[in-house]
Amino acid sequence: MKSIYTWSAILAIVFASVIGDVLLARAMKQVGDVGALWRRAGLGIVIGRTLGNPNFLFGVTAMAVAFFSLLFALSWGDVSLVAPAAASLTFIGNAVAAKIFLHERVDQRRWIAAGLVAAGVALLAG
Amino acid sequence: MLSHGMKQTGSISLNHLQGVIYAVLNPWVAIGILLLLAFFATYMTALSWADLTYVLPATSLGYVMLALVARFVLHEHVSPLRWLGIALITGGVGFVAGGPELTKHPHANEPTNKTCAVTASPPFGSAQGKLLAKDARNGAPGVEV
Repeated sequence: MKSIYTWSAILAIVFASVIGDVLLARAMKQVGDVGALWRRAGLGIVIGRTLGNPNFLFGVTAMAVAFFSLLFALSWGDVSLVAPAAASLTFIGNAVAAKIFLHERVDQRRWIAAGLVAAGVALLAG
Repeated sequence: MLSHGMKQTGSISLNHLQGVIYAVLNPWVAIGILLLLAFFATYMTALSWADLTYVLPATSLGYVMLALVARFVLHEHVSPLRWLGIALITGGVGFVAGGPELTKHPHANEPTNKTCAVTASPPFGSAQGKLLAKDARNGAPGVEV
């Protein structure tokens, strides 16, 4: 029963992290090139545009949900399972979500990279 | 740094939440929070320049750095499985770094309004032309980027 709770919390972490990353990436694409905007309009405008972007706010909220899900997961399962499982599944989930929602060109090179990094993180964090 | 600071501060009880304020005043915790903010700012900046599927694998080099610091600075034992993990991450980052960092969408260089048509009319291949086209698109309401 405890493992169901743990895996539910891990899936919640992955789901919330992926949503958060996609929303933050979309927000920054809407804000535009930060370096160019900073030179043109100043740091205040960069910060204002970023913090005022609804996608950014929802993204940060999703990240907060992921963090609290992590706390729940750690209270139910071992860190040696939760950390690698959540981290590696997040990499794969992000590649899928970026292709679907951000329309990024996730070619073979990027799929291989996501797989290698997910496996590497699982080994390092485990 | 956060871990070091929190160990100095001691455990925080739910009944004495003012302990959190003392924890933030601890120099190690304060520096740790500042570094986390710096990470977030640079991560956001990178996302404004490159695709999520390019930035995310690249940030995983942090895991590799952590393991190397643990091995060569803290002189901790790093098992062969972890060395394999380091090799896989490094290989993955190398794979993604060899490709383009930003997806060029089909409509990316098409003029969406007058401003864009004017600013992006010089050679589309130039970095400045792309930059101006992107800025103009971001200013145009209702345009999906």
